[in-house]
Amino acid sequence: MYAYDSLDQTFVDERSAQFRDQVRRRLANELSEDEFKPLRLRNGLYLQLHAYMLRVAIPYGVLAADQLRALARVARHFDRGYGHFTTRQNVQFNWIRLADAPDIIDELAAVEMHAVQTSGNCIRNITTDQFAGVAADEIEDPRPWAEIIRQWSTNHPEFSFLPRKFKVAVTGSASDRSAMRVHDIGVRLVRGLDDEVGFEIWVGGGLGRTPMIAQLLRGFLPKEHLLSYLEAILRVYNVEGRRDNLFKARIKILVSTLGIERFRELVEAEWSHIKDSGLQLAAATIARMQAHFRAPAYADLPGRSQEFEARRFEDSAFARWAKANLFPHKRPGYAAVTISLKPIGGIPGDLTAAQMDAVADLADAYSFGEIRVTHRQNLVLAHVPQTRLFDLWRALDGLDLATPNLSRVTDIIACPGLDYCGLATARSIPIAQRLSERLAALDEQYDLDQLSINISGCINSCSHHHVGHIGILGLEKSGAESYQVTLGGSSAEDAAVGRIVGPGFGADDVIDAIETIILTYVNQRGDGERFLDTVRRVGQEPFRAALYNPS
Amino acid sequence: MSHRVITASRLTDGAVVWRDAAGAWREDIDRAAARDDDDAVAAMLADAHADEAAGRVIAPYEVEVDIMRTANASMLVPVRLRERIRAGGPTVGQN
Repeated sequence: MYAYDSLDQTFVDERSAQFRDQVRRRLANELSEDEFKPLRLRNGLYLQLHAYMLRVAIPYGVLAADQLRALARVARHFDRGYGHFTTRQNVQFNWIRLADAPDIIDELAAVEMHAVQTSGNCIRNITTDQFAGVAADEIEDPRPWAEIIRQWSTNHPEFSFLPRKFKVAVTGSASDRSAMRVHDIGVRLVRGLDDEVGFEIWVGGGLGRTPMIAQLLRGFLPKEHLLSYLEAILRVYNVEGRRDNLFKARIKILVSTLGIERFRELVEAEWSHIKDSGLQLAAATIARMQAHFRAPAYADLPGRSQEFEARRFEDSAFARWAKANLFPHKRPGYAAVTISLKPIGGIPGDLTAAQMDAVADLADAYSFGEIRVTHRQNLVLAHVPQTRLFDLWRALDGLDLATPNLSRVTDIIACPGLDYCGLATARSIPIAQRLSERLAALDEQYDLDQLSINISGCINSCSHHHVGHIGILGLEKSGAESYQVTLGGSSAEDAAVGRIVGPGFGADDVIDAIETIILTYVNQRGDGERFLDTVRRVGQEPFRAALYNPS
Repeated sequence: MSHRVITASRLTDGAVVWRDAAGAWREDIDRAAARDDDDAVAAMLADAHADEAAGRVIAPYEVEVDIMRTANASMLVPVRLRERIRAGGPTVGQN
């Protein structure tokens, strides 16, 4: 994985020292809150309902074991013993004291981490496929490209005060596990003519108040032009994007107002000036970056492990976990393991300090000391020999981290909601917990695979509810929580915004409503048909009828 | 008129605090001074803004509360859920 050079470390250390002085001046009241707020937000420090919240960047979701141990120390010494992984592959600490923040930032800097650009109107953490470098269907590893974009976008002087925040996702596969098309820019590695690998560039995706799916801006971009082309897009947005209306400031509004053709003309015109500038990526630069992401020292293993097959045959609980939580690895004899952070009835994305330390140890023992964070709020050990899966599963089971529900109905995505968040209009975690408990039994009975439920506690859509197969949006209506339900969304390669099924439900009724929706699906589905395909085939009407006009 | 109390976030740790009758900031909402006339609420809020300027608290504002009286105590319960959660802490937890 990428290791900081002296430029990276100097930048992080300098920012750390600056922030310490800023906090000192704030505590001495030499800075007012109005003066301090933009400074703390530049360093990922929010003020939430009960305390300060620190959002720590995890570049493209990749962590070394020692970095996860540092997060455990932060959770243990400075928080209440846990952290919360987010849909942007970051981690948040909910109970931070201002006076401790500089020490935490120092702790992070010591392991090549920081909280810079996790807030504010700048280019945020670059996200990617959690199976990058591992997936068999991959054209090329997206991580070197995510790192190239990270370096370009870090402290970029021209793009530090954009009209609004800016999110970029990169994927190297045709199967999109990065939700690329709901990002401001989506970058997809593709094969062009003569088998040359380059990029598709998508633009204008985003959720929130005005959900939109990204449109194709350019079908093929040669590799060496990635940064100049991104720079051209950002320049057009920086000049043309609206700054007068917070709700219309994202690039998706600009793209839809101008139309993709006009937007493309502007980008191409800008690009023509900078295409052959110093932003052009030299082959040596690309190769140097790719060298950071070389495959680990895999052993030569047979494609199928007899031991693994035997254990699967003998132990039905292990078999169930292996069926749900393993992803095929391109290297024979290995598997990518997803550690579900969705225990039945638990809080999606939460991990205790003790679990963090234990997962770091397991990563060292089983997966070359590396952990990935997924945008679905789970963790991945990407390179586990099949022969060792049973031992790993037993260890995870002892940590309450072996829930066999990846991509199943209880693999619920939820934001912190009104229990923690200053922007929220309703709670999301208790809804997720109650749904998880109710739906676990239904899953046993009806085999509810490939069914995503995303719950947001406000219109800002941190849990991507618009693109959940079932989306739940919590609002405040006449002083009470009300939950609006959408059906048919997707964040994958068939990205779509879900449609509202009808009037919202109270906090007590929404659990029954989701059960009704799922039972309607069970009644309507064809053999092996996914929820999403059933909704697309039969439309909303059967669901609406079951919810609002039960016979 | 409804009763209102003054709340803010404490500068040093962001904790939810409530202003008592002596002008001290308390973590327990039941210690807060609840007033039902606009002038008294405005005066409390003005004092709270002075505390903000002095760097003790952040963003003070008034919160509408119901006063629940039992035999030997009275409890202040915010009307809005958001403020009930601020007063009582998250309704879910790792505990």
